[in-house]
Amino acid sequence: MKNTFIGAPMERREDLRFLRGRGEYVDDLVVDGLLHAVILRSAVAHGRIVSLDISAALKCPGVHAVITGKDMPGGVPIIPMRLQPLPEFKPYEQPVLAHDKVRYVGEPIAVVLADSVAMAEDALEAIGLDIESLPAVTGHATAAHNSSLLFEAAGTNRSLIFHARKGDADASFRDAPYTRREQFSTGRHYGLTMEPRGVMAQWDAERGRLVVSGAAKVPFFNRRILAKQIGLPETAIDMIENDVGGGYGARGEFYPEDFLIPFAARHVNRPVKWTEDRRENLMAMNHAREAEADIEIACASDGTILALRGDIHVDMGAYMRTNGAVGARNVCQFLAGPYRVPYVKVDSHLWMTNKTPVGTYRGPGRFESNFFLERLIDMVAADLGIDRVEFRRRNLISHTEQPYPIAHVQPTDAKDKYDSGDYGAAFDQCLKEFGWDAKSKLSGRLIDGRYHGLGVACFIEGGAAGPKETARLEINDDGSYSVYLGTTSVGQGVETIFAQIAADALEVPIDHIRQVHHGSTHYVSDGFGAYHSRSTVMGGSALLEATKNLQTAIREAGAKRLGCDASAIAIDENEVFGPDGRSFPLRELAGLTAEGQFHNHHHTYSYGTHAAHVAVDPKLGQIKIVDYVVVQDVGRVINPMTLRGQVIGAVVQGLGGACLEHLQYDGEGQFLTGSLADYLLPTASDFPNLRCVITEDHPSPNNPLGAKGAGEGGIIAAGGALANAVANALQGAEPRRLPLSPSYIWELINSRSTP
Amino acid sequence: MQVAFEVNGKQVEVRVEPRLTLADCLRHHLRLTGTHVGCEHGVCGACTVLVDGKAVRGCLMLAVQAEGSKVVTVEGLSNDEGLTPLQASFRKHHALQCGFCTPGMITTSHALLSEEPDCDADRVREVLSGNLCRCTGYVSIVEAVLDARSAYKGSGR
Repeated sequence: MKNTFIGAPMERREDLRFLRGRGEYVDDLVVDGLLHAVILRSAVAHGRIVSLDISAALKCPGVHAVITGKDMPGGVPIIPMRLQPLPEFKPYEQPVLAHDKVRYVGEPIAVVLADSVAMAEDALEAIGLDIESLPAVTGHATAAHNSSLLFEAAGTNRSLIFHARKGDADASFRDAPYTRREQFSTGRHYGLTMEPRGVMAQWDAERGRLVVSGAAKVPFFNRRILAKQIGLPETAIDMIENDVGGGYGARGEFYPEDFLIPFAARHVNRPVKWTEDRRENLMAMNHAREAEADIEIACASDGTILALRGDIHVDMGAYMRTNGAVGARNVCQFLAGPYRVPYVKVDSHLWMTNKTPVGTYRGPGRFESNFFLERLIDMVAADLGIDRVEFRRRNLISHTEQPYPIAHVQPTDAKDKYDSGDYGAAFDQCLKEFGWDAKSKLSGRLIDGRYHGLGVACFIEGGAAGPKETARLEINDDGSYSVYLGTTSVGQGVETIFAQIAADALEVPIDHIRQVHHGSTHYVSDGFGAYHSRSTVMGGSALLEATKNLQTAIREAGAKRLGCDASAIAIDENEVFGPDGRSFPLRELAGLTAEGQFHNHHHTYSYGTHAAHVAVDPKLGQIKIVDYVVVQDVGRVINPMTLRGQVIGAVVQGLGGACLEHLQYDGEGQFLTGSLADYLLPTASDFPNLRCVITEDHPSPNNPLGAKGAGEGGIIAAGGALANAVANALQGAEPRRLPLSPSYIWELINSRSTP
Repeated sequence: MQVAFEVNGKQVEVRVEPRLTLADCLRHHLRLTGTHVGCEHGVCGACTVLVDGKAVRGCLMLAVQAEGSKVVTVEGLSNDEGLTPLQASFRKHHALQCGFCTPGMITTSHALLSEEPDCDADRVREVLSGNLCRCTGYVSIVEAVLDARSAYKGSGR
């Protein structure tokens, strides 16, 4: 390749519209005859619907319809799982409307359609709803009693146990010179997007076509679900991706509203739009992270890790949603993280509770397990009298051990191995960049009323989920190219990054890549989307295939036109050349197009280390970040500027989850954090002094770019690094749960044996 | 009710319900969709617009309260030719990802730099702490605002 756009910090194309207020998000859309939908949600955590009276609401001004389960003659559709769709999960999947029981505060019960949002909200108040309360299950301990069942027919509140196994861990524990067992937990928080969710559906009764705007993340999969539920062929539905105000794993999965709004549009034969408000978003978008671990480690006396075992209890909320099992699987599969652990026996228990259902949030299961293990390592190193840095260095996987096999997970039969990398090298680089040795003397010191402490945590990030991705290239009428992607944009800079990859692959100036289209279902034959840090790796590799295919097509067209062999054709930025010096402009092939697909079942594993220097105010319980460094090896960087944005942005989300964000319920399952005044997000003044260093020392052998998914590493070790730094600051206190709220810090300070 | 005010230099007259917020009026009645609504309770700052030069939350002000005011939205701080120095600085520092909070960041930063072109990083962080961003982690936004200060010195714009 003669270009070097890959690897250059190119300014983003999408910024030109976003900065001038010209983005187009789904709530910005207006069409003639549009009706507005609002959703009646359960205010009761667990109960039986005794009666639902919509007669008064129907008489309210401006109301066109009130939709309940009774309007669905074929029965209320159930939302199937997208990932790990095990038969065991079937009884726990969510209906699009509650019709007999409600199982969480926020569960949809009815939809009101009116001329304006305000009119629809007025009518919502007129709906008569009587729910007979049942005892709420609000945590794994009460779920385990099985005295109150969310799903009576299932006979249990535990939907599954994942088993992560590697060798005979129990035998290793029997002979181990040192073991330690500890309990840890992580709080419930979620991938809040600044743009609330929204859907606009337009039904064309004449042509039998449905257009659904507001699609995100996985539009092709969601179209498959919707087509089946609504009884249309997939080809009769177009899913349109507008600008998307953040994803983080939570946005774009198939939610009840993704059926209800298209259904409503067809029901009343009018376009219908629904925009979530923030309170709804807090109680309706997938929650994540709540888990309790009871884990044990076995070590040799020199600190070599011998084995890990234990149980992790994951709070799944009320239903198994599309990707709800991913975090629970990861939390046992990746507990060992980047460390050499020969024997593993960890079970992950999936408990159904009367809370908002869970789904993935950036670094699903990995953030939690990283906190558990990294905390445990600091405790163990202190027990054994080994410096915690040296302890980690001894146990990190080196590049000579790659590809390194990890625990095998049942019942999904998930076998995997890390692809490449020298985890110890990234660790040492992080400590050097951070200035660990010089800062070490600050451990536990009280300076200007704050206790200083250092913490470190190492991570592994999975990426590039298969099975495939699709991209298409087309020649425009001016001889430039347009790119069409099966993957999606959730704000990460897809238009810029794919222009860089395309320009390098085609060996043309960057402005010859006129537009990068993404997300909507009419661009390519099939697409997968933006999850598991896969867009760049999978979509980028597919784009390389599309380039090859288009160049073959150009050569064939050129050969026909110039009467020569296709192998004799040469292509440059603007022209197609034959062997005899004859040529014609590329623009004369306008409309020529080719798709490319990249198939891959091998994941990428980027890796790295976080180091944190904190100062804890013992009076206010507040944690100040003095310095924070992430070193991450991503195999190959496409755009260092957007990658830095991914890492720093993820760190702040992680610190938010580690300190501030907490979705809380009371003993009756009542939701207590329904506003941004209750659910605290990081602000500009909370976490300054963040740095990151990106390296490309070990490209992935699993794709032609050598790239590794890199959108999640910044979040994964944030809880572990921060909690270890707080433990180091408050010598003698051991944080065992997140978030590290001011009251918990106060509790920790008062728990110290030597204050 | 009938309400008359100036938006981005143009006089407008709109018929609204008394309960309509200024943000919804701008978005849905005047089709200025650059102003975003992220929480409707005054925490996230995505709906920030300038009212008589001050940064104001469009979701906490009713449209009828704008009577006789001069309102400026992100569209009013933009032009067709290209990016303003503040916008160009945001782009240069990659101070936006999904773009949803960006209009509020631009209006808030513009109000700050217009009044305090010499502000330091702590002051920028303090003022922007009323605008939530979920993508960037704020580091690049603070860098962008600081780097744009020179454009506001002297002229006040």
